[in-house]
Amino acid sequence: MRIRYVKLIMIGVLAISWCGLWSLSSNGAAPGSWMNVILADITPLAAAQQRPPSQHPQPNSENGHLVVQLCDGRTQMEIADVREGEVLPPEKARLVARRMMARYEQQAKQASKWTRRDRLIWKREQQRLVEEGRRLFHDWKAIGGTIGISCDMCHPDAANTHPETYPKFQTQLKRVAALRDMINWCIENPVKGKPLALDDPRMLALEAYITYQRRGVPLDPGKH
Amino acid sequence: MWPLKWKQREQRYRQERADFFAAVKRLDRRAFLKVASMAAAVTTAKTVLPPHSFQLIDVVRASEDEKPLFQFAYISDTHLYERRLNERFVKAAMRAVEDVNALDPQPDFVLFGGDLAQLGQPQELELGKQILSELKAPVKMMVGEHDWFLDMGEKWQELFGPPNYSFDHKGVHFIVLMSVNEKDFWTARNMTPMERMKTVAGLDNPIQSRFEVGPEGRQWLKRDLAGVSKETPIIVFSHSPLYKYYRPWNFWTEDAEAVQEILFPYRSVTVIHGHTHQLLTNRIRNIHFHGMLSTAWPWPYAPEGLPKLTVQMDRADPFDEADGTGDGTVDVYKSGYVDKHYNLWSRNPITVAKAYLESWGKEARPPAPQFPSY
Repeated sequence: MRIRYVKLIMIGVLAISWCGLWSLSSNGAAPGSWMNVILADITPLAAAQQRPPSQHPQPNSENGHLVVQLCDGRTQMEIADVREGEVLPPEKARLVARRMMARYEQQAKQASKWTRRDRLIWKREQQRLVEEGRRLFHDWKAIGGTIGISCDMCHPDAANTHPETYPKFQTQLKRVAALRDMINWCIENPVKGKPLALDDPRMLALEAYITYQRRGVPLDPGKH
Repeated sequence: MWPLKWKQREQRYRQERADFFAAVKRLDRRAFLKVASMAAAVTTAKTVLPPHSFQLIDVVRASEDEKPLFQFAYISDTHLYERRLNERFVKAAMRAVEDVNALDPQPDFVLFGGDLAQLGQPQELELGKQILSELKAPVKMMVGEHDWFLDMGEKWQELFGPPNYSFDHKGVHFIVLMSVNEKDFWTARNMTPMERMKTVAGLDNPIQSRFEVGPEGRQWLKRDLAGVSKETPIIVFSHSPLYKYYRPWNFWTEDAEAVQEILFPYRSVTVIHGHTHQLLTNRIRNIHFHGMLSTAWPWPYAPEGLPKLTVQMDRADPFDEADGTGDGTVDVYKSGYVDKHYNLWSRNPITVAKAYLESWGKEARPPAPQFPSY
């Protein structure tokens, strides 16, 4: 009898520790800043004292089988070959805990695969690249210019770049060109620099800035 | 067998065409007008509308109405760097000087529309002065923000004198107005003079303040106009447009309304401004506004706020570095209003006629662009 309780408690402790880890990893916070995550998770002491102590009522068993419940109070599992009140062997207890945690995670993720943290990362990383592009767009030295001409001098706020119209035929290039071909053309000609490799991070940043400036404009490839 | 009337029309056309080409061969200045009228006859006989570039026809029509009192030329926004850094802008400025020197008859004077230098550096301003000194006609200098914000106009004033001044010419009162003052944004940010200059030089840099004539400038303007009759035609040279076009790019004068208020009582006022590097036309009550071309590079039209009367020029061809740039001339009429000629270097010239603005855009509409901005 005593041993059986101990085992049940062990399952509970295991499950709680998993819950805690999971909530840590899924909470929205600065990427790479665990300190922020942890701080955000600490409930102020006063608020915690006002809250009623959490209840863990014993789950009902209709068929007389053992029913195990997670600390969320909802996720339950009926163990078909173990009678209520019987002891789970350690290996079986571990298997049950693993399966219940898997089910718990499955349930939590059903609304959306992605968390607020994911979305923050997407936005922040994209804006970081756009800002880098904005910097390059206004700095002739950073893109290898040689005569003091930067992109923004002809294209304030990236105006008149029309990223939504590429690829399109450029008479002077005698072929259908992508936006990056025109970026390189501008770097080579008015800016008098050397063309960037197509996978140069600066090229990606320039594309990010130019296209971001025209966000919301319908795609219209081929327009002149 | 052709019906008789077709045959006659065809014969008449062939005869006119032969006469036209014969006349072109022995074309001299006296034959000019005669050939122009022949060209008109040929094109109308073929019921082909003459292309806009056929300026001969415009000249003939204009001469029937009234002749301009005088002409002045303009060069603007050369944005010179030192020659060893950037030769392109230097060459463009020299091309404009050659253009103006080639005008025959010579204009009464040449307006320089501001932004002589790119970063206001003494070497840039001196280079600009040297290039402009090649002009045969006298030069009227105007200051732009690129000339000013490195040393707050110290070098420019040493070279060219005060930024606000006026003069009278053939019955017209000319005012050169410093309109690119900005409220102090640099002290609080601890900027060096060069940082301040580069901030102002960035058209889309939101940190800087907006252009203004300022209370002192407006006081000066009022004092200057105090002795001028309300009937005297007035032409104002200002670097920034003296109206509100597009705030984020400083195509803008913050106290534009207050300045316009000073100019409204006069019978005829024309503002010729630089800064916008594009064909730009506006009218507010009695004030006609005309932009100037840059010799260095054209600017796209702003995404909003374009005056209704502006007929855009085509978007510039990026593969032609001279496209959308140029210089021009201004024909001043007795009323003080002007025909504004845009001498675009890689295209047909465009004239925004006095009649266009006087009729609020109903007459003499400039040619529409094939590729407007979007």
